[in-house]
Amino acid sequence: MAEHVVSRKTYLVVWVALMALMILTAGLSRINLGEWSTAIAMAIAVIKALLVILFFMHVRYEDQKITWVVVVAGFFWLGILLALTMTDYVTRGYLGVAGH
Amino acid sequence: MHDSTVVAARGLRHHFADMEQQRASATLGMWVFLITEIMFFGGLFAAYLVYRTTHFEAWAIGSAHMDFWIGTINTVILLCSSLLVALSVHAIQVGQNRLCAIYLWIASAMGVAFLVLKGIEYHAHYVEGAVPGSLWRLQVADSRTVQMFFYIYFVMTGLHALHVTIGIGLLAVIGGYAAKGRYSPTYHNPVHVSGLYWHFVDVVWIFLYPLLYLIPHPKA
Amino acid sequence: MATVTVPAVERENYLNTDFTVKSWLLTTDHKRIAILYLLSITAMFFVGGIAATLIRIELLTPAGDLMSSDTYNKMFSIHGIIMVFFFLIPSIPAVLGNFLVPMMIGAKDLAFPKINLASWYFYITGAGLLMYVILTGGVDTGWTFYVPYSSTYSNSNVITAIAGIFLAGFSSIFTGFNFIVTIHRMRAPGLTWGRLPLFIWSHYATSVIMVLGTPVVAIALSLVALERAFHMGIFDPRLGGDPLLFQHMFWFYSHPAVYIMILPSMAVISEVVSTFSRKRIFGYMAVALASISIAVFGFLVWAHHMFVAGMSAYAALVFSLLSYFVAVPSAIKVFNWTATMYKGSVSLNTPMLYAMGFIGLFTMGGMTGLYLSALGIDVQVHHTYFVIAHFHYIMVGGAVMGYLAGIHYWWPKISGRMYPEAWGKIAAGTIFIGFNLTFFPQFVLGYLGMPRRYHSYPPEYQVLNVMSTAGASILAVGYVLPLAYLLWSLRYGEVAPDNPWAATGLEWRTPSPPPTENFPETPIVTWEAYDYSTVREEPVAR
Repeated sequence: MAEHVVSRKTYLVVWVALMALMILTAGLSRINLGEWSTAIAMAIAVIKALLVILFFMHVRYEDQKITWVVVVAGFFWLGILLALTMTDYVTRGYLGVAGH
Repeated sequence: MHDSTVVAARGLRHHFADMEQQRASATLGMWVFLITEIMFFGGLFAAYLVYRTTHFEAWAIGSAHMDFWIGTINTVILLCSSLLVALSVHAIQVGQNRLCAIYLWIASAMGVAFLVLKGIEYHAHYVEGAVPGSLWRLQVADSRTVQMFFYIYFVMTGLHALHVTIGIGLLAVIGGYAAKGRYSPTYHNPVHVSGLYWHFVDVVWIFLYPLLYLIPHPKA
Repeated sequence: MATVTVPAVERENYLNTDFTVKSWLLTTDHKRIAILYLLSITAMFFVGGIAATLIRIELLTPAGDLMSSDTYNKMFSIHGIIMVFFFLIPSIPAVLGNFLVPMMIGAKDLAFPKINLASWYFYITGAGLLMYVILTGGVDTGWTFYVPYSSTYSNSNVITAIAGIFLAGFSSIFTGFNFIVTIHRMRAPGLTWGRLPLFIWSHYATSVIMVLGTPVVAIALSLVALERAFHMGIFDPRLGGDPLLFQHMFWFYSHPAVYIMILPSMAVISEVVSTFSRKRIFGYMAVALASISIAVFGFLVWAHHMFVAGMSAYAALVFSLLSYFVAVPSAIKVFNWTATMYKGSVSLNTPMLYAMGFIGLFTMGGMTGLYLSALGIDVQVHHTYFVIAHFHYIMVGGAVMGYLAGIHYWWPKISGRMYPEAWGKIAAGTIFIGFNLTFFPQFVLGYLGMPRRYHSYPPEYQVLNVMSTAGASILAVGYVLPLAYLLWSLRYGEVAPDNPWAATGLEWRTPSPPPTENFPETPIVTWEAYDYSTVREEPVAR
């Protein structure tokens, strides 16, 4: 189970992709995309983050599967924090109970 | 099989059975630490999300007062520094200690450049009167809530900058050890885990950038 | 090296290998670090206990006559902060976990010994800051630090207290991530997940919670400190901020924190019940997976602390339902421990008495938690003594009794001495009686409407309060007894054999006390957990 050596070429390709996505997201922010702006910006951010995590941080090449579980768990738990907190803010007033 | 008569490889700690166990533990350990950081920043992202949802206009106004170009250049700086850190790991994996150190030092210097730009940006906010609290002088609609946006902006980027500062020191020190020949293709866990830390700092910024600088302007 | 000949040759172990202060304060041996923690958390337990004593004395009479309401606020705040952050959360993981996790998996130490030592230093620095807080006027926000009182209006040492808790949180995170990596990467050959002692499963689940939850309370409290320092923040309603946002961030950790406090105790109970029933734990996999379920589901229920705070009623329904689900894995464990005892060869040693007490009292505490999860009931009993009784049944009747069970059970391994069994039983009985007399009346008081955190109350509540304080005095005696006889046993106790309880588990295959490196050669495991056919010894007659 030796450590995998990722080639420099892979890193450079990933870097080019990251720069391209950055230019894309900066450019798109100047255009009025209405409701889609936020979703698109977040999607691009997620792709950039995945590129860094999978390639620069070697997760794609990691032999220990537990590393994948840890990474997924971290973001999933962040998701729990965001989603369940938002259930309060998004549903205030739904039931017509005074003060709630 | 794993008793003390085995000659320990250079850098092997006594409680580990072999280098592979040590390397795997170091990597897993850094990842578990990084998810604590995800949750630490996560609390701030939760606060951001709540107020962006309930006070979108104020958030958009605040974002419009951000310096788009400093934010963008800083993003470029961090992405490039991440490349260099990844290349430094490759360098040590093939035994190029000196090159590894140089990459780490340049990445560290780029971190400094990031902080310098951030400092210039903060100063500009101060001059403009965009510091929430008693120094606030921005004339905007819904001024109280826009102050909250700026407060979250300062706390999120401030916390991020603190992590960048730690990373700058870390990369510089590890670069120094690499230059002195402390690491080799068989043992370079500190380079690897420092790299993981730096990439994480980059990932946080990848999200901060669109969330703080690129909020779409509300339709007139 | 000693030049005086001693009557019996004392084998070298982790305690006598070096007696210098430096060897203790700079140790990286997980067993010594466990002892360092044992001493510090015992001290903190008594500090928190003194605050509790003063609270109970004040509550003997309806009038607020012992102390002013401001002082009383500080008293329950300090009691809560010390007991939660500086006693319950570290207790079993930092003492028994640190000592036993490497031994139970056949390792020489934890994965990161220096980080383990650092975690202790973070802990005592945090504890030192809290001592400073106590000496300079205390903190009066409650251990819950609700805004805007804590961020804007309180005149007490909020920021210093938060700094102390922040450091204790770091200590907790370091312990947790050390355990996770150790359990994944350093198990002895042949020790598959399915052969691990349930103590390890529970500590693994606890570590997951520590790692994922603690950072969120850290940032929540940091924001309170910043808001206090800069008079500007995101929880201030005058700026459009929502005080409930703090409560969401606070309870996101503090609810799972209660599982950090109970899972390690359950870990001890699994070991003790098996050994003293001389029987494999009934439903091993169910208990193991129940631990993981508790850790996961525990993160989905936090807003049940906020039902009457002004949150969305719709979301409250969702959290109420989720709170019912989280009780199921705990119930599975209780059923399985009971089923283990059924037709087992049960011996009523002190650890087993504590374990049986745990099973009964934890069940009562857990059931009352279900009552609180029901929205209709919670509206009536929120912020009354009902809640206080509920969580003390779990924390004291559950967690502390589990801790005492574990201390007694592994005392021979840790110290090389047996504790005096008769005194052990007396203390266990005293604690059980004192505990119930202290806290059962509080269920009634809460149901009858006595609010919590008040230093004076209407005279009709006095009788129950007097019973509660009387119980507390008995409980106090019960806690001092083990301190006394365990110390006594270090000098005069019977010398312990390697495996006095004829238990399974790799830690019992080392000498009592163990040598520094635990195992001269890494063991190779070929047997299932709790396989009593592999135990050569007979239990020591007590």
